[in-house]
Amino acid sequence: MRLHTSLRLAAVVAATALLATACSSGGGDETTDGSTGSGEKVELTFWTWAPGMEEVVDAWNAKNPNIHVTVNKQDGGDPAVTKLLTAIKAGSGAPDIFQTEYQKIPTLVSSDALADIADVLPDGTKDHFAAGTWEAVTLGSDAVYGVPQDSGPMEFYYRDDVFQQLGLQVPTTWEQYAEVAEQLHTADPTKYLGTFSATDAGWFTGLTQQAGASWWGIDGDAWSVEINSVQTLKVAQYWGDLVEKGVIDNKPMYTPEWNAALNDGTQVGWLSAIWAPGVLEGNAPDTAGKWKMAPMPQWDGDNATGNWGGSASSVTSQSKHAKEAAQFIAWMNSDQEAVNILVSAGGLYPADIPGQAEALANPPAFFSNQPDFYTLAGQIAQTVTPFTYGPNVNVAYSAYNDEFGKATEAKKASAFTDAVQAMQTATVDDLKSSGFTVKD
Amino acid sequence: MTTTLTRPSPTPVPVRTSLDQRRHRPSAPATITLLLGALYCLLPVVWVVMASSKSAGELFSTFTFAPSTHLWDNIQELSTYRGGLYWRWMVNTVIYAGVGGGLSVLISAMAGYGLAKYQFVGKKAIFYVILAGVLVPGVVLAVPQYLLLAKVGLTNTYLSVLLPSLISPYGIYLSRIYAAAAVPDDVIEAARTDGAGELKTFLQIAVPMMKPGLVTVFLFQFVAIWNNFMLPYIMLGNDRLFPITVGLSGLLNQGASQPAMYTSVITGALLSIIPLAALFLTLQRYWQVDLAAGAVKA
Repeated sequence: MRLHTSLRLAAVVAATALLATACSSGGGDETTDGSTGSGEKVELTFWTWAPGMEEVVDAWNAKNPNIHVTVNKQDGGDPAVTKLLTAIKAGSGAPDIFQTEYQKIPTLVSSDALADIADVLPDGTKDHFAAGTWEAVTLGSDAVYGVPQDSGPMEFYYRDDVFQQLGLQVPTTWEQYAEVAEQLHTADPTKYLGTFSATDAGWFTGLTQQAGASWWGIDGDAWSVEINSVQTLKVAQYWGDLVEKGVIDNKPMYTPEWNAALNDGTQVGWLSAIWAPGVLEGNAPDTAGKWKMAPMPQWDGDNATGNWGGSASSVTSQSKHAKEAAQFIAWMNSDQEAVNILVSAGGLYPADIPGQAEALANPPAFFSNQPDFYTLAGQIAQTVTPFTYGPNVNVAYSAYNDEFGKATEAKKASAFTDAVQAMQTATVDDLKSSGFTVKD
Repeated sequence: MTTTLTRPSPTPVPVRTSLDQRRHRPSAPATITLLLGALYCLLPVVWVVMASSKSAGELFSTFTFAPSTHLWDNIQELSTYRGGLYWRWMVNTVIYAGVGGGLSVLISAMAGYGLAKYQFVGKKAIFYVILAGVLVPGVVLAVPQYLLLAKVGLTNTYLSVLLPSLISPYGIYLSRIYAAAAVPDDVIEAARTDGAGELKTFLQIAVPMMKPGLVTVFLFQFVAIWNNFMLPYIMLGNDRLFPITVGLSGLLNQGASQPAMYTSVITGALLSIIPLAALFLTLQRYWQVDLAAGAVKA
């Protein structure tokens, strides 16, 4: 009798679970594992976080009824990568197409998350991109792990109105940048020419790239790590000095506090990349027309800049429709119509060189006071120095957050160079313990 | 129901009046402590209300607690984001929390009643395992649950979020305690003598007696699922299945090259509190019933 009762209870539980199945089957699970037979409709899912992707995808879907793409927005950057890697390990759940930041491609390739689409890409796709950009998606091999979408050459953004008001010169060298930072802060102690952000490793990487650093290197099968190179240490020492003097702020970017400082004019400059207008417009819309863009301050005579941000589109190794997915990403990133939408709706700087002239005819609305914005940007973009990313960028970046977080708190130049050494150690140790061959 | 609101006092009448007098004299330290507590809880809510009435330009430039006039604009902007996706997230959240909470109550009630009122082999062991489950945070289980559900191809579906939400060790534990206290064995014996089957006894005799406890379990579970982030975040790739928590997080994290959609996120957070507040206001009357009240009450 008692056993009977518990059995009945179990039956009720089971029935409830069935009911739950029935309730939820109406859900929109849109991954399709259907066959690829010719003429049959193919469903592709696309994980991205960039704005404007729906518009590009809508244009594609309208023209290609048999290859339907669905955009699934994800948390940007590292969270999306973690999620993708979890799905790859689990064996299911990954999308067909994934937005890959350039610095994450080696990580994703070493985890077998990306498909090699060299054989299925339309002919001539490669010719649309600069050699350096293309290398970022091939990693110097014969394989192709994506199609470049946008890039982020770095520039110096500054409040023209404040510069004029205080009679400041736009710095063209780092030496001048330090002087202007001091003049500005002395003239008005609430104001800073910039901030050293301990939460934006990509930004610091771009600064060291400009100075000629390349943190990783590959020689045959062996990786080398050169985070503690002379160039990186020089950049760290330079910023450490400015922070120690107190003429540059030590608060992270992308915080409500930083946004407030952009609004009230206490952050007078921002070393950022080509996509900065969108961020400024979103965070400080009322400062429209007050900003200007200039090339980065330089170390030596020769013009150079680094890169911050930018992504490619890749096909994941779980996709059952690599050919169709490759067709789509090639179109999205190199067709004139698509590139125009990427610029107008997504506000990004397209990697596709033939499409740039038409898509970038007008300056961004936020910089309508600088009509030659994209002409200047185009010249700057050609001075990006080469940089190699390794398979454990995430480790180096999280070491950056930890170590520079402490260093900016301490406000000591020596702490900045120590932080670089600690990043080097953490990165090398991780590569070794992950089983990579590391050259000393 | 009204009878249960008056607190039964076992003490003789004269003593009670003196107790009443003492009860009516407010104590200053206690009042101040409670006021501070209320302030502590309400300030963030006030902030959300104020911030959601500001435009993007005002958000970081005007005084923190100064209201503005852009609430409706913000709601409209949020509603037009990708074709009203936010409202779809809201519906999803209601489905996850409502269905998940409801089924979880049913399971907790049955399991708790079974553990409290039946004798069977391994009963203690089962109860201790559930008790241990109370101590394990749900976040820890999210990844293993993902890997398990991926094996049966259920990730990225409504079920992937609902199934793990069904079993609430705390709910079962609370139901067991509550059933033991609120449902006397005599009543069950009487029902059996009168010929009621076990299921009927449970549904028609025990469940009504356990109602205040079950409402508590429902509210706990509803709020837990409503606020849950990690589980749906890991399980779901399709943004049309997202609950509000995961959806709003995406609006905040669009990468370094994009501004975070602060005003939309804050407005979205404000709107997502409303159903929770409404639920508490409608269900709180069940909580006024003394939790210690048993079957012998009037």
